[in-house]
Amino acid sequence: MPLTVQHLDAWYGSKQALYDINLSFEPKSVTALIGPSGCGKSTFVRCLNRMHEEIPGARVSGEVLVDGFNMYASTAKARYVRQYVGMVFQQSNVLPGRSIFDNVAIGPRLNGLASGSSLQELVERSLRRAALWDEVKDKLNAPATQLSGGQQQRLCIARAVANQPQIILMDEPCSALDPISTLQIEELIRQLSESFTIILVTHNMQQAGRTADRTVFFLNGRVIEEGVTSELFSHPRKKETEEYISGRFG
Amino acid sequence: MSTALHTEKQTDTSPFRPRSPVREMQRQTVNMLVIALCVLCVLFVVGVLIYLIVYVLKQGIAYLNLDFFTKLPRPNGETGGGMGEAIQGTLILVGLAALIGVPLGLFTAIYLAEFGRGRFALAVRFLVDLLNGVPTIIFGLFAWVLIVIPQQTFSGLSGGVALGIIMIPIVARTAEDVLHLVPNELREASLALGATEAHTIVRVVLPAALNGIITGIVLAMARVAGETAPLLMTAFGTTFWSTDVTQPMDALTLRIYNFTLSPYPEQINQAFTGSFVLIMLIVLASFAVRWATGGFKRRF
Amino acid sequence: MQQQLSASLASLRERSVGWSIARSGKRPADLLFRGITMLFVLIVLALVIGVALVLVINSWPTISTFGFSFLTNQAFDPVHNTYGVLPAIFGTLVTSAFALLFAIPLGLGASIFVVDFCPRPLRVPLAFFSDLLAAVPSVIFGLFGFLVLAPWLQLTGEPWLNKHLGFLPFFQGQMQGVGLLAAGMILTIMVLPLIVAVSREVMLTVPGAQREALLALGATRWEVIRYAVLPFSRIGILGGIILALGRALGETMAVTMVIGNQASRPGLSLFNTGYSLSSVIANQFGEATPGLFLSAVIEAGLIVFLITFITNFLARWLISRLTRRTGGTHL
Repeated sequence: MPLTVQHLDAWYGSKQALYDINLSFEPKSVTALIGPSGCGKSTFVRCLNRMHEEIPGARVSGEVLVDGFNMYASTAKARYVRQYVGMVFQQSNVLPGRSIFDNVAIGPRLNGLASGSSLQELVERSLRRAALWDEVKDKLNAPATQLSGGQQQRLCIARAVANQPQIILMDEPCSALDPISTLQIEELIRQLSESFTIILVTHNMQQAGRTADRTVFFLNGRVIEEGVTSELFSHPRKKETEEYISGRFG
Repeated sequence: MSTALHTEKQTDTSPFRPRSPVREMQRQTVNMLVIALCVLCVLFVVGVLIYLIVYVLKQGIAYLNLDFFTKLPRPNGETGGGMGEAIQGTLILVGLAALIGVPLGLFTAIYLAEFGRGRFALAVRFLVDLLNGVPTIIFGLFAWVLIVIPQQTFSGLSGGVALGIIMIPIVARTAEDVLHLVPNELREASLALGATEAHTIVRVVLPAALNGIITGIVLAMARVAGETAPLLMTAFGTTFWSTDVTQPMDALTLRIYNFTLSPYPEQINQAFTGSFVLIMLIVLASFAVRWATGGFKRRF
Repeated sequence: MQQQLSASLASLRERSVGWSIARSGKRPADLLFRGITMLFVLIVLALVIGVALVLVINSWPTISTFGFSFLTNQAFDPVHNTYGVLPAIFGTLVTSAFALLFAIPLGLGASIFVVDFCPRPLRVPLAFFSDLLAAVPSVIFGLFGFLVLAPWLQLTGEPWLNKHLGFLPFFQGQMQGVGLLAAGMILTIMVLPLIVAVSREVMLTVPGAQREALLALGATRWEVIRYAVLPFSRIGILGGIILALGRALGETMAVTMVIGNQASRPGLSLFNTGYSLSSVIANQFGEATPGLFLSAVIEAGLIVFLITFITNFLARWLISRLTRRTGGTHL
């Protein structure tokens, strides 16, 4: 089921941040969103799981469609949208007072997805998909805060996966991590795209090149260019894209 | 046009529907319930307190007149009269308290903010905090034992001492907070120009912090103006004009306490009026000092 | 009181004496200034220690005469020169427990509303309002309690409770208006602003990232509070509750004015009159003759002092555990 964005505008109070965004995302693919700081890529991604509206004074107009259904329709509840579209944040935000198991299990528990032994299986599956199972299988009840930065971020990925979404948004998930953890997570992203649609915000163009099938270039709240990653980087059609890629600004 | 097409589709097949509808109902209900309970709590809290304040103010303003400030209480429930001596007494007592509390509190703050290091400073801070949490009647007891009993008389002086001790931790705290806010660059610049440490503190740091310190002092004074318990056994109260601090002295709070328990309706009315005046005094002092020193500092 | 509260919380903020600049040496002006400062500081210390000492020394007669039985004797009897504060302790504990029992849920509910559900335009007025309440002198609460609440309880409140809940031992007996119930209710009103303020401050320090994590999983507002905000705030809120307890235990004027100040036959009824430790002091100091009587009054003060010292200490210790555990989160 492709995700389609039509005529999306977004505001922070009276300040407009996104202008008439029209995009389409293929299922089970990785799309990278690149662009300089403040270009609106994080704002955009937060419009895809209705998190943008949680900010006081923030507003969205336009449509985001999954299988023809608009997630901003008055009949759609934000909570259900968020169960369909998961998110991994820039800074890993594991719940500090809780164990590794509880952190992964909290989504399924709240949403009634599994319980008892099926919950245990779900947690194990999610941790495996986040390439974390082997490292934590003996200490599932240890506090989540005992893990390293890279491990915590993978825990957040496991948590998002456990909630059984179809789409996973990742907002610069590696920006606070060391290069090795970064590579691990990039590998993870490629694997996850076999089951999920992944939309990845990154300020690192090489990361986009390594992980994404398609790439979108944002500038000043607008989509400048969009296409197959290798094409975008080798033959950019717009001048601004070319300038950003060659590092003339950023 | 796309919207028209989409509303035709059944919401049952929408991808944005819960996996477990029964559970969703539960969660929704619990959520609504909690919000409703919280709203009730707020309404109750706000409601009760507004009722209290409005009631007291309404009753109090009914009997407010000039005599209240200028006359003495009439004996045995005769109508008329006022609480002039009580207002005068409160002002004198608060003034006395400030004489004691401000220097002691301010220098303690200076010590903690500018000099204090190591375990002694920790001990000082601990003991000042301790002072802060003690019920104020204890200070009344202290002054009662040390001043009233040896002197064989209640006195405004003992009341002022008790109130002054109460002021110390309040002034010390707020002054220390404000002093910490003064940027170090100011101190460094002064020292770099060759000024002494003493000069730096007195002529550079304190003036920079002055607004905040004055606010703190006035708020502390407003706070002790509302104290009753420590005055019961020190200043004790009187119904005559008096500025002699070696003799019993009246205070607004004492008079309110006294008249509240009185069998005479006239005195009860005056108790309400006294409460009105007391609240107004505190509120006006808080507002005035914030206005004069530049605005509210609110954190949310 | 808002000052008291943020002061209590702030006292555990890391305080480093900012400027470690090489001092220019011991110039005379500096020595003089430091000397004066230290003098004042020492006076303050002397006062603190002095208060404690005065309490202990002047209650020594009854401490040595009655020892521990001072706390268990039932009669405070100047005529027979035997003194005990058990009923006073009972009154203090019952009214404070009552106050906390109601103030905690009400205060928490109100503060959750203020932090999470409150529409923006209401925020400033509510905060201002709560500051105002913190500044109301206790004698005015006492006035309201004695002149408004107690008569209402006698005419309406207590009869209603007796009629509908009279099977419980708490709501039986003579209905006088003043008594433990009235004192408990007034104390509830007085500690509510404190609990609301502390809970609010603590909940506001929860990092937004925690809330977002739960929201992004599809949690309801309440679930976000329950799983992200409250666990984080638990200890701080507990500290605030203990501060409120300390306030309730030490409150003098409002309690003295509505608790009845008369012994009742021992029982469970909230309608009974009674007295509290501080009301004993307030009422008896005038009669106290030197000797055991005076000493008994002062010992009551010593007990109050110790109780509030312990609760204060506990509260601050708890709050400092919170800051340490979360790696120095500033309160």
